[in-house]
Amino acid sequence: MVRLIAFLVGLGFCFIAGFSLITGAITYLTEPHEESVEHKFHLEPRDIAYSFDGPFGKYNDQQLQRGFQVYKEVCASCHSLSLVSFRNLSEIGYGEPEVKAIANQWQIEVPSIDPKTGEASSRKAIPADAFPSPYPNETAARAGNNNALPPDLSLMAKARHGGSAYIASLLTGYRDPATYKNEKGEALPAEIRPGQGLHFNPYFPNLNIAMPPPIAADGQVTYADGTAATRDQMAKDVSAFLAWTAEPRLENRHRTGLAVLIFLLISTVLAYMAYQNIWAGAKQPPARGDGDDDYASGHGHPPTTGQKHL
Amino acid sequence: MSFPWAKAYQPKSGLMRWIDERLPLPRLVFNSIGGGYEVPRNLNYMWNFAVLAGFALMLQIVTGIILAMHYAPAGTLAFQSVEHIMRNVNQGWLLRYAHANGASFFFIVTYIHIFRGLYYGSYKAPRELVWMLGVVILLLMMATAFMGYVLPWGQMSFWGAKVITGLFGAIPLVGEPIQTWLLGGFAPDNAALNRFFSLHYLLPFVIAGVVILHIWALHIPGSNNPTGVDIKSPRDTLPFHPYYTAKDGFGLGVFLIIYAAVTFYAPNYLGHADNYIPANALSTPAHIVPEWYFWPFYAILRAFTVDFILPAKLWGVLAMFAAILLLFFLPWIDRSPVRSGNYRPTFQKFFWILVADVLVLGWVGGLPAEEPYVMISQLATMYYFAHFLIILPILSATERTLPLPSSIADSVLHGQQAESQPYGTTPRPAAAE
Repeated sequence: MVRLIAFLVGLGFCFIAGFSLITGAITYLTEPHEESVEHKFHLEPRDIAYSFDGPFGKYNDQQLQRGFQVYKEVCASCHSLSLVSFRNLSEIGYGEPEVKAIANQWQIEVPSIDPKTGEASSRKAIPADAFPSPYPNETAARAGNNNALPPDLSLMAKARHGGSAYIASLLTGYRDPATYKNEKGEALPAEIRPGQGLHFNPYFPNLNIAMPPPIAADGQVTYADGTAATRDQMAKDVSAFLAWTAEPRLENRHRTGLAVLIFLLISTVLAYMAYQNIWAGAKQPPARGDGDDDYASGHGHPPTTGQKHL
Repeated sequence: MSFPWAKAYQPKSGLMRWIDERLPLPRLVFNSIGGGYEVPRNLNYMWNFAVLAGFALMLQIVTGIILAMHYAPAGTLAFQSVEHIMRNVNQGWLLRYAHANGASFFFIVTYIHIFRGLYYGSYKAPRELVWMLGVVILLLMMATAFMGYVLPWGQMSFWGAKVITGLFGAIPLVGEPIQTWLLGGFAPDNAALNRFFSLHYLLPFVIAGVVILHIWALHIPGSNNPTGVDIKSPRDTLPFHPYYTAKDGFGLGVFLIIYAAVTFYAPNYLGHADNYIPANALSTPAHIVPEWYFWPFYAILRAFTVDFILPAKLWGVLAMFAAILLLFFLPWIDRSPVRSGNYRPTFQKFFWILVADVLVLGWVGGLPAEEPYVMISQLATMYYFAHFLIILPILSATERTLPLPSSIADSVLHGQQAESQPYGTTPRPAAAE
């Protein structure tokens, strides 16, 4: 009975799935399917090597400090970094007085209340504060950016496919839509050229991004450590900085992982040897014949070498 | 039950005897996972995965309890509290990555455990209840994992919750009220997040309870084995401890190495980037996918694209639930008296097609619903149902099986290298009369 019902239910599901398949196949074969424009013109992030790649990767504090400088001087005017506090900067090599000074001199003040009247006011940031948002609220952010919302950058390197390489590619990926051609040499169709307030960038999933090119020219930032601030250098540095803001415990993770894996490898080898040792007797054929009748009648332990080994 | 030749528990000291007379817990442990539990001597590495699943459950409970100490189940706080764990809690990143990847590895070992049962006929009499309790555990795991994925309150959390609870909306007439009732609102919000957190904390303990029943039911007939032949004599068995504790110890080591490698060096590989974007009810992700362990079922859900009497969406929901629920009936669908696939040459071929089929379903389930992937998912869905509901009943009536060994010991010992080989395919040693 169960088998009969199962058989009928199975036939039913197969029939309907098959019906869906045939309908889909007919549509697939009869209707021309064109690759979407996004698909044709979208580019995967460039291959960029970072110091924190791979199981032994570490952040390069110099690079992170340069990246922080780019964030401070370029990105921070529109993008918040709400999950990172000024105190965290001590993790990338800034000393305590420097952290205090950076917080104190930050261009945006922290919302607060007047201690006497209780009215809304603002105060200078201290190391314990998170980076203050450049806009008081989302409406203000949209109003200042052609109705687009600049996203928070704290987790950007983990919240986008491709991570840091995607960010660096995007920052330097702006192209002129009028002259751009993809690998096949096709020009961008006029109807998907960016509209008012949008900018063409093939690394962006739908090709048109609201953010104007933030890194416009070499030397836009004057690095404190004297590194030449080319566009690629700035893009790479700030994307490395954002990798750190997204995953500040990466170095600890890589170190701990190494210790854990070494420990586990040794333990597993020992466990394997113990396993082989314990089973050494049991894998041999037991002595046959003489004991067979014994345990059939229910008394005495079987004469396997396995048990003898104990 | 225990086999008559199993070693009896002997308290080793006066204290242990004193405890044994009052609360025979050491005796229970000895008889269920110690030297007093006799296990077939020919279990291969496929039998390691039950212990691994039990270990993964413990790992999830321990890491989960500590994570819950730092997590805040409120729409405005959940995402930040998870990032607080990642940044400010001591070793919080390790706890969270261990928990998130622990869920994935729990499913990996459980799926292997299930396929082992399918291949070796572990669902057949007298182990039907063991199998059915196992399906209950799978369902509970899926509910728990789904609700756990909602808790970080990222974009995929939110939209996944919306899509999955939306499945209930496919039920005619009462669907939408049920969805609203489940969520405590018209869309996932505080009410949903709080109840998901509450249930996500509760269900693992329910799973642990059903696991105990699963093991209890298993210990009545004892473990199945690669030959599928019943235990007949003491020559067929070895005590669980030290033989299988040692083997499981090695298996656990290998499992932990792979798990640690992923947790420490690719912790986000099995996740989705969009879940690092805070939940936003006004912005739908381009491509909503559940976690990878749901992809085969997600593919079945989306394979039904044509309204036929019932709406396509309802067919998809019915098929998805049927795909799991049919497992409850498997012991009565497959009536072949031979348990192990080793002695069922035709079944064996279909089994491996099923494995490939589920992998294909998993692959297309993670892709966008575009052609030709939808057609592939439809083909794979057809095979999935055909395998369990059409092929197995026919096969169990018509298949010519290979001769079975007369006992486990004969199978193991007719040649040391021939463990779990089909009896007919290896030369019979003279000793095996």
